[in-house]
Amino acid sequence: MELNCKHVWAHISDYIDDSVAPELRADIERHLEHCEICSAILDSTRNILVLTADDRTFELPVGFSKRLHERLARELAEEANAPTVN
Amino acid sequence: MKSGEATATANRDEAGLITRILAGEKELFHELIRPYERMVYMTVFSIVRNETEAEDGAQDAIVNAYRHLGKFRGDAKFSTWLTTIAVNEGRQKLSRAKRAKEDSLDEPIEGEDQELTPAPLTDWREIPLEALERKELREALRSAVAELPGIYRQIFTLRDIDGLNVAETAVALGINTNMVKVRLHRARMMLQKRLVPLLKTTAPVRKSSWWKTGRMPWS
Repeated sequence: MELNCKHVWAHISDYIDDSVAPELRADIERHLEHCEICSAILDSTRNILVLTADDRTFELPVGFSKRLHERLARELAEEANAPTVN
Repeated sequence: MKSGEATATANRDEAGLITRILAGEKELFHELIRPYERMVYMTVFSIVRNETEAEDGAQDAIVNAYRHLGKFRGDAKFSTWLTTIAVNEGRQKLSRAKRAKEDSLDEPIEGEDQELTPAPLTDWREIPLEALERKELREALRSAVAELPGIYRQIFTLRDIDGLNVAETAVALGINTNMVKVRLHRARMMLQKRLVPLLKTTAPVRKSSWWKTGRMPWS
């Protein structure tokens, strides 16, 4: 099936997640071969996801882990008086 | 969960760890939770949008997970179960802060059914991955995510920051998988729309020269 740009945009997210049906995937790929605009939208969206997956983009506050485990240690120590975990 | 963390958790016997914790080796809970600290924090942060509250909420969620570990059933993944606790903790914090109305997941979002058009620019595709090393871009993305409407921010966080799959995201947020897909798509398109012009402004591409010299226009 011949897709127009709007059809392709509607499926970009699913396409990136590889959750479109094989036939639709083939149609999208045929469209992308000749459409620079849709290719650019796909690439830019993918780049955003690459950036999102970079641990430096969304960082934990400094000392978060240390404070968390200190609190857990206190919780575990208090629990020593009531030893049932439930 | 990021790929490195996924590998770290894939190689350990989580069910075995949980059994040992419940049998009395409580200190092992520190080990059980370590790969998920970031996921829990990001999940709570996506709801409360405040670092201090997110840290409090994440700690509370993890302590709650410890207290209720006996109720965890092996039919779900521990990460999904933990995310559900984090989502509940975040929502409780939000409603305590009386901001529930503004950001409620249950409220219909105006225009959700409308089509969202991505930014049709061709420049981005030519920006190499090295450009993604730039600190400003990461900051711009953080701001753009922070400014997404609540339901989209939460879906995007669980799916693309925490790395949950669609089904796990649906369970954690208590919505169906189709809604996760629709909202995720919109969230990604909103970010694309927001970030593409921003990148263009900060990094005008001079096609004729910079590819040849190997120098980035912003360097």
